[in-house]
Amino acid sequence: MSQAPVLELRGIDKSFGPVQVLHDVAFSVYPGEVTALVGDNGAGKSTLVKCIGGIHPMDSGEYFFEGEKVHVNGPRDAAAMGVEIVYQDLALCDNLDIVQNMFLGRERKSGLVLDEDTMEEMAAKTLAGLSVRTVKSLRQHVSSLSGGQRQTVAIAKAVLWNSKVVILDEPTAALGVAQTAQVLELVRRLADNGLAVVLISHNMNDVFAVSDRIAALYLGRMAAQVKTSEVTHSQIVELITAGRSGELGLPTGNGASA
Amino acid sequence: MTTTTSPAKTSAPAIGSQVRDYFERVRGGDLGALPAVIGLVVLCVVFASLSPSFLSPINFANLFTQGAGVTIIAMGLVFVLLLGEIDLSAGFASGVCAAVMAVLLTNEGWPWYTAVLASMVTGVLIGLVLGALVAKLGIPSFVVTLAAFLAFQGVALILLDEGTNVSIRDETILAIANSNLSPLLGWVLLVAGVLLYAGIQLTQARRRTSRGLMADSMAVIAVRVGALAVIAGFAVYVLNLERSRNPAIISLTGVPIVVPVILVLLIVWTFVLRRTAYGRHVYAVGGNAEAARRAGINVDRIRISAFVICSFMASIGGIVAASRANSVDPNTGGSTVLLFAVGAAVIGGTSLFGGKGRVLDALLGGAVVAVVINGMGLMGYSASVKYIVTGAVLLLSAGVDALSRKRASSSGRR
Ligand SMILES: Nc1ncnc2c1ncn2[C@@H]1O[C@H](COP(=O)(O)OP(=O)(O)O)[C@@H](O)[C@H]1O
Ligand SMILES: [Mg+2]
Repeated sequence: MSQAPVLELRGIDKSFGPVQVLHDVAFSVYPGEVTALVGDNGAGKSTLVKCIGGIHPMDSGEYFFEGEKVHVNGPRDAAAMGVEIVYQDLALCDNLDIVQNMFLGRERKSGLVLDEDTMEEMAAKTLAGLSVRTVKSLRQHVSSLSGGQRQTVAIAKAVLWNSKVVILDEPTAALGVAQTAQVLELVRRLADNGLAVVLISHNMNDVFAVSDRIAALYLGRMAAQVKTSEVTHSQIVELITAGRSGELGLPTGNGASA
Repeated sequence: MTTTTSPAKTSAPAIGSQVRDYFERVRGGDLGALPAVIGLVVLCVVFASLSPSFLSPINFANLFTQGAGVTIIAMGLVFVLLLGEIDLSAGFASGVCAAVMAVLLTNEGWPWYTAVLASMVTGVLIGLVLGALVAKLGIPSFVVTLAAFLAFQGVALILLDEGTNVSIRDETILAIANSNLSPLLGWVLLVAGVLLYAGIQLTQARRRTSRGLMADSMAVIAVRVGALAVIAGFAVYVLNLERSRNPAIISLTGVPIVVPVILVLLIVWTFVLRRTAYGRHVYAVGGNAEAARRAGINVDRIRISAFVICSFMASIGGIVAASRANSVDPNTGGSTVLLFAVGAAVIGGTSLFGGKGRVLDALLGGAVVAVVINGMGLMGYSASVKYIVTGAVLLLSAGVDALSRKRASSSGRR
């Protein structure tokens, strides 16, 4: 896999007021691969993802997309490049239906009027393409869906746009066993279709089951980004909990105090 | 959630299944307009049996002109309520706008159209200021509009020279709430409206069917169009009856002009909310502002625009109220106007928690409010009783709103 990364970050810093959450983070995402982003609670995974998606501005650092340096100043910029994010706190509107949610902010129009029929067709096609057949009607409110169905809608929303990078922030955290398996299968299928997928997860079994690479964040620093086939469970666990494992990871004495 | 049909390519559902879906929604806590419709029927039956004049043609016409101002303000309030915000100043904003119009019209001698335009512009400016304070500075709308509630009373006093009553003599303005369409024009508009509604429903269903999407069945459409034709036809029929006490001297028939005014506003704003991206974004911000922001929607702009629409509609409500009273005084838009308007929207089914509501709710709720005020007036109750009863009705509808929300969250609909 000597492919060039589709998305690459270098030297990202991010603070919330006095608290620095991300320190000099580098991160690369490759097409056709699932990159797992792991780290303890509070390590900064969601923050990193929100910086990628333009939700939070980065304090400093460089953002490359398909080799070009870009400036992402908002969610629309990220979406325009083809970067889609399924947020941990699902960004769905309970009072809207599935189609309305999938097209939120990017509605199809004919003239002034919403083109509901085209949107419904495209939503149906996308869900069918993901082999999702568990929703009764595309016109039901999202509030009436189960956790797994909501997650599916959020993922379908992300892949609707011919996106190139899809980032999923803990998509299986609230799901049961069967639903988790379905979502993971979906994740793998997205990558096999050529998308670059980033999967944030706490579950090592899930990570090793679907990922090609693993990036481990430790206290806001990127401890290591390695190929999944070249590491073991326990090495990753060490990277997550201590920031280093053997010759992998952060140099010693480089803790949160820096 | 047990059926697993493919989402597309489903044939038209039978009318029975649509009825079943509706009851399922109601049981799940989504009451919609049901309380307002039931309330309206019950109230009408009660008042009709207690007071024979309630059903007289003249009183029926009165209901429309009495309720018009509040209903129009309530329509604007729906936008603010959809965002989970409130505008407590809408009543006095309507008073200020009416005062602007009256002063320009009567004291300055402006023609009616420029005076009306100035009044509407005043409404828009008020909304811009209120909305900016809420959206940009982040002051709770409750506080901003409570302050404006007080300040606008002062502004009205200044405009009206510390409390004089400015009478309105312009024929066009007076006609809004005091004149009627000719009976023939009433029927023509009715037929045109029903045909238009049927045409829209049919083309929509045909288009969806041709694309393999689930469409309403002919039976459902027939029921809807039939219901509209019967209800509206009955209203036009009664309004076209002679209601003058002395028909030999002056004949009084026809649909009050405020009715088509309200219907046009209803259609325009319903179109905006249901058929445009802007309307979709209003619902989205009301349902989950953070999700809307992440979808790239400019949440501040939606907030400000809702207040602009609300105050703009308040200006129209103020003009109608001024027309009905033939004058403007410092209490125009004051007293119970705001509470009635909020009550109308909420009784109609618009939620105080945001994200749920329709412009039609304001109309249904406005009808309930008008019937309560009118019926109790006919039965000779004093103002004290009217206030208490109306307060109770508002509280009741807010309670229904809160309970149905609770119910909806426990049944997983929210
Ligand atoms: N909007 C915010 N304001 C202030 N602090 C934040 C904000 N978002 C996250 N943080 C802090 O940043 C740190 C990393 O959080 P997060 O990125 O959510 O971690 P993770 O997703 O890896 O569990 C935490 O200490 C959290 O409290
Ligand atoms: Mg997180």
